[in-house]
Amino acid sequence: MSDTNSGSLVTLAWSFGLMSLFAVGGANSAIPEIHRLAVDVNHWMSDKQFADVFAISQLSPGPNVLIVTLIGYQVAGILGAMVATLAMCGPTAVFAYFVSQLLARSSHAQWPGIVQAALVPLSIGLMSASGLVLLFASDTTWAAFLVTGSAAVLAFATRLNPLWLLVAGGLIGFAGVL
Amino acid sequence: MRPSSPQADAPVAELASASPPGLLTLFLAFAKMSLAGFGGVLVWARRAIVEQHGWMTPEEFNETFALCHFLPGPNIVNLSVVFGSRFRGVPGAIAAFAGLLGPPVVIVTILAILYARFGDIDALRRTLAGVSCAAVGLLFAVIFRMMLPLLKKREPVSLALLVAVFVAVGVMRWPLPAVLLVSIPVSIGLTMLMRRRAAA
Repeated sequence: MSDTNSGSLVTLAWSFGLMSLFAVGGANSAIPEIHRLAVDVNHWMSDKQFADVFAISQLSPGPNVLIVTLIGYQVAGILGAMVATLAMCGPTAVFAYFVSQLLARSSHAQWPGIVQAALVPLSIGLMSASGLVLLFASDTTWAAFLVTGSAAVLAFATRLNPLWLLVAGGLIGFAGVL
Repeated sequence: MRPSSPQADAPVAELASASPPGLLTLFLAFAKMSLAGFGGVLVWARRAIVEQHGWMTPEEFNETFALCHFLPGPNIVNLSVVFGSRFRGVPGAIAAFAGLLGPPVVIVTILAILYARFGDIDALRRTLAGVSCAAVGLLFAVIFRMMLPLLKKREPVSLALLVAVFVAVGVMRWPLPAVLLVSIPVSIGLTMLMRRRAAA
């Protein structure tokens, strides 16, 4: 494991760094690609572990992108967690800085509006793909589908704090119903 | 949460160009909103930046967030960098970035250590399975909320692009870069075409 450690750090940095540049619409729309890299391409974790890691990232405070911190830790310990986080957030942060400087100078440009309008359907399509990938990874029984469906309806129709829905899901899971 | 009335907006707008935050204030403000943000930081970022500190007007915040949403990468991380740099240049960007990511990364790393050690315990696995089922449901609610305006406008081209990207990435499991290298130019071209036609 320690022989491959520096190799996996490079793979982590390269995979997440490159992928972040294509993560249009934020962390939630990048889930299918993160899953593809972590489970299918690099075999860092199983489908079940990916679902667990997603659950932990939703339960913990901070931006949802921290799912990559958990994957990085799984691959190469604390150093892996740091490398994965910086690779995922660093390059795009630098890019955002330069674009905002550029736009501050030419605020009358028309193309940001067009690009933004063009990206909206793509990022919703990517988020839907995230939903599908996570559904297959975490919902294996009919009871599980029922929990997902109820959470979706409650979150859409009420103003309940999402944290309570996560806690309720956890309690149902702990009770062994799923 | 304080009650918001139309009159309450005026003093906030005046405050927006008041004293710019220092580096430590930036770091602490972003650390605070990040740690408060279970399941997304945006709501807390808006509350702190616009309502609590009055560093931006609601319009300025919307414009900045729209920019950060169309840039690649985690939106809220982009927001911290753009916001920090507006007030204090590169050091400000780094202070906000570090405040947003530093404290929650420490917490998540501790959770990762706990998961690596106790992840095999059956009760924990069952609980996490339940949490992730509910989390997937929350994601679907967000997706549906974002989809509503598109469904209402009945734009067949946008909906077709949405479905195409969903099938390519979610069902066919094709790599994201390849899908986007094709779909982004196509979508931009079609958007320009539709705008030109709407204008004519």
